[in-house]
Amino acid sequence: MIKGKFIDNLPKIYGIYTGGFLVFIILMSIAENAGMSKELIGIFFVSFTVLIYALIGWLSRTLQSDAYYVAGRQVPTVFNGMATAADWMSGASFVAMAGGIYFKGYGYMALLVGWTGGYVLVAALLAPYLRKFGCYTVPDFIGTRYGGNLARFCAVLVLTIASFTYVTAQINATGRIASVALDIPFNIAVYVGLASILMCSMLGGMRAVTWTQVAQYIVLIIAYLLPVFWISSNIGGGFFPHFMLADEVARIAELESQFGLGTDAMKNSAADMATVPKGLAQITKAHSEVNATPWQFISLAVCMMAGTASLPHVMMRYFTTPSVRTARRSVGWSLFFIFLLYSSAPMLATLSKISLLDPNLATGIIGKSVAEVQALDWYQNWNQAKLMFVSDFNGNGTLELNEFFMKADAVVLATPEIAGLPYVISGLVAAGGMAAAMSTADGLVLAISNALSHDIYYKIINPKAETAKRLIVARILLVIIGFAGATIAALEIRDILGSVIWAFDFAMSGLFFPLVLGVWWKRANAAGAVAGMLLGLASGTGYLIWVHFMGGAGFLGITASTFGLVGASVSLVAMIVVSLITEAPDSATQKMVDDVRVPSGKTILGKQ
Amino acid sequence: MSKQEQHWEKTRGLLFITLAIWFVFSIGIFLFGAEMQESNIRPFGYPLTYWFTCQGSLAIFVILIFWFAGRQEKIDDEFGFTEREGEQ
Repeated sequence: MIKGKFIDNLPKIYGIYTGGFLVFIILMSIAENAGMSKELIGIFFVSFTVLIYALIGWLSRTLQSDAYYVAGRQVPTVFNGMATAADWMSGASFVAMAGGIYFKGYGYMALLVGWTGGYVLVAALLAPYLRKFGCYTVPDFIGTRYGGNLARFCAVLVLTIASFTYVTAQINATGRIASVALDIPFNIAVYVGLASILMCSMLGGMRAVTWTQVAQYIVLIIAYLLPVFWISSNIGGGFFPHFMLADEVARIAELESQFGLGTDAMKNSAADMATVPKGLAQITKAHSEVNATPWQFISLAVCMMAGTASLPHVMMRYFTTPSVRTARRSVGWSLFFIFLLYSSAPMLATLSKISLLDPNLATGIIGKSVAEVQALDWYQNWNQAKLMFVSDFNGNGTLELNEFFMKADAVVLATPEIAGLPYVISGLVAAGGMAAAMSTADGLVLAISNALSHDIYYKIINPKAETAKRLIVARILLVIIGFAGATIAALEIRDILGSVIWAFDFAMSGLFFPLVLGVWWKRANAAGAVAGMLLGLASGTGYLIWVHFMGGAGFLGITASTFGLVGASVSLVAMIVVSLITEAPDSATQKMVDDVRVPSGKTILGKQ
Repeated sequence: MSKQEQHWEKTRGLLFITLAIWFVFSIGIFLFGAEMQESNIRPFGYPLTYWFTCQGSLAIFVILIFWFAGRQEKIDDEFGFTEREGEQ
């Protein structure tokens, strides 16, 4: 069928797709000049891209388990890199990260280091070996390597908790973007987002998700880079911002001290703060200063790195490559494509801040009259969406640094408008954010439902189930999990970035050492792995509850964002101790580990 | 020592080198964040710590993975453990 030919023609197909998308952007900007309304531009961008993904999802429908679970194991290196990058870069990376850096500066840039450094661990410790194993899911590896349904079940448990925490944040992000772009209430927009996510993954499983993720990567990277380059040349920052914004970084530091950042005059009274909508913040941290202790920075980075190597929706992307060798190289390509966006996030934060702060720029608002700012078109839009707020606390009629509030999630979405770019760019950014959140949500929902359908239903409950029946179960679970995620997302328990960080900590607590030691320590056995997973997860969760919900003080400076350190340490100790006091794995298992370590030869599991 | 043990020994050696480089640029240098920020070395004019968190460490990780993959392929070749085309 199309398959063989389709793989050969990938560069051509996605080349045409990219060209088509650029033409679409140009057409929209012509339409904007001809007087098309902002609302309509937003609707066009989001619905057009989502329909394309749905079309790809439908074209990739399949009835074969190999295609459904691992995309037939024939995804070429570079394309798998793109798909992983989209899978990886979520609403948190696209929508929230630059905002986090905008408000917290250096302390939050630990996320940049953590979310990239983790790929070194993936490449060196895990991905090639798990590919050699030939499993469908991550619990499949744990279950076979250690043996026994209990280990398998524990792995599914950790996977579900971590991925579910993550997916609610992504559905939340799709809902937020859809509600702004399509102008509908948030709790309805969440289900619109869900419908789009399911359209991409339900019929074709991993195969459909792979090819939509490549398409989504192309949209999201264009949407992120175009405004960065455009704003930079607009304000005279240079045509290549990554190498040329040093003057702007220095200028921000100058302005920050000029506006009195960090002085007592910048502190607002509790009564004043009560009038500010929940979740909005003012700038309190200097832009480029080192404002976190080494431990704060490093502990967050370490958690994100270990979490990266334990999150199943990333790992399972490397099950789709044709060989061990390509799996390894594919990790490098993934990180390259991620690097393109991550190295731009601090630049975007810089450009956004200087646009707002610098009185020499037409866009600067600090120091202007409050009435003038309140009359700005973009201010009114974002204020209405409860993402921006100004108030003249000291009654002098002039806007001060401590009188301007914004939600971190709004920085990326609002910056093009703030910097005075045409609205078509805002529409593009909305489509990019939607692509980022959808692609990650797809990967996560699929990871959970595959683990439940393959590991719980097929391997534990009904090993004799036929392929057709297994795939029906997988799809039903996909829909149920999607709805559960959307329902929780609609409650808005925690902001996007916060819940994503938790997901990494959960994954790290329960899965990091059982996965790594499964390959690198032959003596590790089932009892040790079960102890490692359960005690790691329990201690990590316990610490989180103690620190975050019960107001506990914590110890060693470990916060609710880095509780994975507690979980993973307990997991490591428990796994080693329990493994050593129980019997060594049998010779068949030892032989299996030896085989995993050699790239050539048959996969351990063969065709399932 | 069997061929397989030798292969694994070399693989492990490569892992330690890779992890050492990884450690320096993800953890090691950030122990000295405040000191580095004051330094006169300013890549592209950015303060040093700021540059490493924005670009430097990230770019080094990308290069490190490709370097690691290349070295590992050489080790696999040396012991004849490279996969043949179309082998599953």
